[in-house]
Amino acid sequence: MQNEAIQVKGLQKSYKNLPVLEGVDLEVEKGSIFALLGSNGAGKTTVIKILTTLLKQDGGTASINGFDVATKPDSVRKSISLTGQFAAVDEILSGRENLIMIAQLRHLKDTRQVANELLDRFGLTDVADRRVSTYSGGMRRRLDIAMSLVGKPPIIFLDEPTTGLDPEARLEVWKTVKQLANNGTTVFLTTQYLDEAEQLADRIAILHEGKIIANGTLADLKKLFPPTKVEYVEKQPTLEDIFLAIIGKKEKK
Amino acid sequence: MDTVKNYFFSDMGIMLGRSMRHIFRSMDTIITVTITPIAMMLLFVYVLGGAIQTGMDNYVNYLLPGILLMAIASGVAYTSYRLFMDMQRGIFERFHSIPIARSAPLWGHVLTSLVSNAISVLVIILVALLTGFRSSAGVLSWLAVAGILALFTLALTWIAVIAGLSATSVDGAGAFAYPLIFLPFISSAFVPTETMPGPVRAFAENQPVTAIVDAIRALLSNQQVGNDIWIALAWCVGIMLVAYVSAMRVYKRRV
Ligand SMILES: Nc1ncnc2c1ncn2[C@@H]1O[C@H](COP(=O)(O)OP(=O)(O)OP(=O)(O)O)[C@@H](O)[C@H]1O
Ligand SMILES: [Mg+2]
Repeated sequence: MQNEAIQVKGLQKSYKNLPVLEGVDLEVEKGSIFALLGSNGAGKTTVIKILTTLLKQDGGTASINGFDVATKPDSVRKSISLTGQFAAVDEILSGRENLIMIAQLRHLKDTRQVANELLDRFGLTDVADRRVSTYSGGMRRRLDIAMSLVGKPPIIFLDEPTTGLDPEARLEVWKTVKQLANNGTTVFLTTQYLDEAEQLADRIAILHEGKIIANGTLADLKKLFPPTKVEYVEKQPTLEDIFLAIIGKKEKK
Repeated sequence: MDTVKNYFFSDMGIMLGRSMRHIFRSMDTIITVTITPIAMMLLFVYVLGGAIQTGMDNYVNYLLPGILLMAIASGVAYTSYRLFMDMQRGIFERFHSIPIARSAPLWGHVLTSLVSNAISVLVIILVALLTGFRSSAGVLSWLAVAGILALFTLALTWIAVIAGLSATSVDGAGAFAYPLIFLPFISSAFVPTETMPGPVRAFAENQPVTAIVDAIRALLSNQQVGNDIWIALAWCVGIMLVAYVSAMRVYKRRV
């Protein structure tokens, strides 16, 4: 068994004339949390769509759980699940029906039981039989993530899982993500919030102008920060400082 | 790959169940689809019908086939609406990132369109019976009528699929249906084509609605059906195939 859940080499993608990815390389270890950071339009969603077989790359390779996304999409789909940037829940069905539907599509045996467990785990039991259209944003996002966990896929992708959530709901999502990783699930998430990456991720990569411009643990990234500045500022550099410093350096070149 | 194919029908069944729930939870869609054709039917029967010479003694009998086609044409607009909403909301992306047959979500919508239009058609036939519609047709003729209507629904549904997949706004998704709804007016649906001026008559007599209406009307009134049924079938199958191939091409591009 190889140790990498996700391997990406030289990934390229353009929309018409707009190059978005220009050679992205990254690796994600099994059972770890990996955060892909980038500002609006950096191409985070594009990376996720390629890795989850929704979009074909123009160049480079990507493999998930040892399966190539371009040539073995069905095997890839069996190993993953996706929580997209925008909640992908059925508004007209109830929370329970949404979960049962996904369990059926994944051809699980005891679909009711699977749904009950997830409803319980995500604190949705009380609203389980209400239509999703009556849910709050946080409840919807929780259901969305719960739907991704149906069938216990070993690798899950979360595209900006906490955007639009209030601080409390955000903490809940963080807790869930940490639990997942503790149970051995590999988590690939994207975020614009630097503190989120700082809190959650084992490794962080920064996507900027089509390339990964930094990749490592939080400690690694902190080393990239110009030390002279640390002397004048009393607190440790936050990831935000590092982010801006790296991008600033790049742009001066 | 094999396992994914083996589940095609069960996956499609789950998708069908999902959109049927949508329909039964918003019964207003059935009402909206049937109310206009029913109002038209009543208007023509009770207000205009007395002045229209059709050669049939019962004007509802003459009118019903055209009304049914109108209802179907407006019913498929909901298919394109539902499809568009699925694409917008990202639920299709979820479906496509789990190992199911890629086209199962699409077929779910197509089957749903068949079922919901069948319900609308039944509702309208019931109302027609109340306003005096009578038919001496036997079981076989009714089956033939059902078959033609199902093919017509499928043909329009695949057009609706193209519209739903390529629309950029909700309004755009439904707009394609308007010309379809008006086609029956320039056909033999309401008045015999003989009374129309030359060019209009030529159009009316050679467009699909006339052949389909004439075939259904003949079947329901137990008359000689003749060539109409073959022309009607040819139109339905032809439109269906062209629309299906284009829709699949658009779908492959979108997902
Ligand atoms: N289907 C598309 N057609 C054309 N351009 C696209 C398409 N999808 C994305 N883009 C463009 O590609 C670039 C990267 O988009 P992407 O959605 O991957 O960014 P992102 O990092 O996820 O941004 P955000 O933080 O806003 O979600 C953007 O400039 C976007 O406008
Ligand atoms: Mg994005």
